[in-house]
Amino acid sequence: MDSLDLSRWQFAVTIAFHFMFVPLSIGLVFIVAAMQTAWYRTKNETYLRMTRFWGKLFLINFALGIVTGLVQEFQFGMNWSTYSRFVGDVFGAPLAIEGLLAFFLESTFLGLWIFGWKRLSPRLHLATIWIVAFGTVLSALFILAANSWMQHPVGYEVNPVTGRAEMHDFLAMLTNSTLFTQFPHTVLAALTTGGMFVVGVSSYHLIRKHETDMFLRSIAFGLVVALIATVGVAVSGDQQAKMVARQQPMKMAAAEALWETESGAGLSLFVVTDMGDRRNSIEIRIPKLLSLLATNRLNGTVEGINDLQAEYEKQYGPGSYVPVVPVVYWAFRLMVGAGLLMILFTAIGLWLFRRRRLEGARWFHRLAPWGIALPLAANILGWTVTEMGRQPWVVYGLLKTDEAVSPSVGTAFVLATLIGFTLIYGVLASIDVFLLARFSRTGPEPVEAAARDAY
Amino acid sequence: MDGHGYLNLETLWFALIGVMWVGYFFLEGFDFGVGVLLPFLGRDDTDRRVLINTIGPVWDGNEVWLIVAGGATFAAFPEWYATLFSGFYLALFLILAALIFRGVAFEFRGKDRSPKWRAWWDRAIFWGSAIPALLWGVAFANILRGVPIDANHEWVGSFFDLLNPYALLGGLTSFLLFTLHGGVFLTLRTEGELRDRARSVARMLALPAAAAVLAFLAWTFFGIRESNGVKPGGTSLLAIVAVVAAMWLVRRRVDRWAFVATGLSIVLIMATIFMDLYPRVMPSSLGSANDLTVWNASSAHYTLKVMTIVALIFTPLVLAYQGWTYWVFRKRVRREDVGDGQPTETPA
Repeated sequence: MDSLDLSRWQFAVTIAFHFMFVPLSIGLVFIVAAMQTAWYRTKNETYLRMTRFWGKLFLINFALGIVTGLVQEFQFGMNWSTYSRFVGDVFGAPLAIEGLLAFFLESTFLGLWIFGWKRLSPRLHLATIWIVAFGTVLSALFILAANSWMQHPVGYEVNPVTGRAEMHDFLAMLTNSTLFTQFPHTVLAALTTGGMFVVGVSSYHLIRKHETDMFLRSIAFGLVVALIATVGVAVSGDQQAKMVARQQPMKMAAAEALWETESGAGLSLFVVTDMGDRRNSIEIRIPKLLSLLATNRLNGTVEGINDLQAEYEKQYGPGSYVPVVPVVYWAFRLMVGAGLLMILFTAIGLWLFRRRRLEGARWFHRLAPWGIALPLAANILGWTVTEMGRQPWVVYGLLKTDEAVSPSVGTAFVLATLIGFTLIYGVLASIDVFLLARFSRTGPEPVEAAARDAY
Repeated sequence: MDGHGYLNLETLWFALIGVMWVGYFFLEGFDFGVGVLLPFLGRDDTDRRVLINTIGPVWDGNEVWLIVAGGATFAAFPEWYATLFSGFYLALFLILAALIFRGVAFEFRGKDRSPKWRAWWDRAIFWGSAIPALLWGVAFANILRGVPIDANHEWVGSFFDLLNPYALLGGLTSFLLFTLHGGVFLTLRTEGELRDRARSVARMLALPAAAAVLAFLAWTFFGIRESNGVKPGGTSLLAIVAVVAAMWLVRRRVDRWAFVATGLSIVLIMATIFMDLYPRVMPSSLGSANDLTVWNASSAHYTLKVMTIVALIFTPLVLAYQGWTYWVFRKRVRREDVGDGQPTETPA
């Protein structure tokens, strides 16, 4: 492996770890804010204990999201200096603005929330957690604006003298059509993650008949958030797929393992791909469904990998423009599968709750803790489709990944930091999971303690 | 000057990035100091909790100044960002690793009662503070001294190029100054015995810190190749005055003014470095033709304009609410204040 491969691995490992923590934080902060609002409105101390219990779990997780985010910002310059030189004009601006607008807001008001229980009025204290929640979404908006630009570059021109991309329309970047599907999809996925986490942990306690009142209320929060959000993820995902079919047809073709252009293309359920011969050796498809999903018409045309490859060679010169098809294909399948499973599971849960049968539904509570893994996996799989499906490009149609790496950083250095980051993240993620599991199992503090520390 | 004068967006962004680094070192400077002093001032676990709580609500917001400085460099001077971050690769990895452990330690340390667990995280806080406090000085001294950069703006040196005597003195200076700054900060935020200990450690540190600052600035003034830009002689002198004043004020136990003085010396040293650099952002040791300057490293005007508008609107807002946070948490942290961050055991 050379420094290019190692740098790609390092980016994959560090971003995957980062994105284990971040969606859970975003999802939980909204749920915690909603619980605190319920407490503020009703003065029912159960809601206070819920706020503090779920808030503690949120904080354990939040710390890792912050520190792993710092690495991401530095890594562009450290490992991808050619990329940074080429796109800094365009890509750097949303990153800097994210810091100024969102990170300051999140970190400052989170500090106020953690330490401000007794120093701020209940109203002001409630406002701080909502500001943190707002900050996380603002942060998502800007970082996704940056990523959307890599998927679908808009509002820029390549300067013929310097050969660098230069921004000429910032508003176009913020109104990038890609961002309009990517942003809701990602934020709703984060809410799903938070919701499924609350459902899973609540179930753990409900099956043990521990703090039933509190965890029934909690699971209701979780189920409502998760169901609404997963349905939203599916809807926005459908929109996004249509957008990808238009903007990055190769990604769509790879996600479907569709080698030849077809009208009335079938939706693939299972394939064994043959990357060498560029075909599938085994496949099972539902007729017409892919065309319907990608184009809204039963006989719409969906472009195939081999035809796109020929087209791109003409447009961009010789080389392979085919991503690693089986990875993209299976990541996409598993993500969608996890999503559908979550919709089904939370719908059943909410139905049981409405009929007052959830408390005794032991099978549900036995499954729910495993359900925590579903959104976490789906998040990473979704980004795998997005990022690996864009290869060989780092900025679609503009800059290839193998041209983006730092020429001045030796292979040994990248290997060292790859091992370093993997070990550090591995250790910290294990501790994080250990602490989350322990505090989740321990359950909430008694009402006196919550009240003592809160006012 | 390339006929540009000072009134242009490139110079403005160079200055703004300077201000962000100043903000970062002023604020996280005392965070680092508190982290370094943690094992020396904390006699028992409650002490250590008090020390950590003095920066608990603010350290994270302070660290965002680094993120913003990095982001602004990326956006306003992509060439500077690319050359600096790929060139200082291993050093930045060490800083990141340190900051990761330190940040997590603040959150995780209280989550278990076992002394062994807490001792591990206390170690993470110490090293996680000491390493960046040292390496940031090494990094900035190297930036000012010049590093091997070729005509394509690519770093062509090795890791050991960074470990020259001037840069090591820079590292020692930042380490001592931040630690002193943190010690003085603690005299303002603690009380009783802990405050006395913070005072005496600050008294101990004041002389070596002042000596290091003096040596570093003298070497900078006489030994480092200057640009044709601004002469920072006056600022260096003021920095020396500030650090000497800090030494005197620490001895006189005028804590508030001592903090102002240590803070000022950080501000003025950074001002010296940035003024000495201008209009270069990263001089090359292989000849000034290879220097990265505010002109050849910057983004196009449109980007700078957008960023300027955003910064003009939001920076005052950030300063206002960060300032307000310090006001909310202005009270000294007492031993009675720190609860035990333990999970409450559930009744069986």
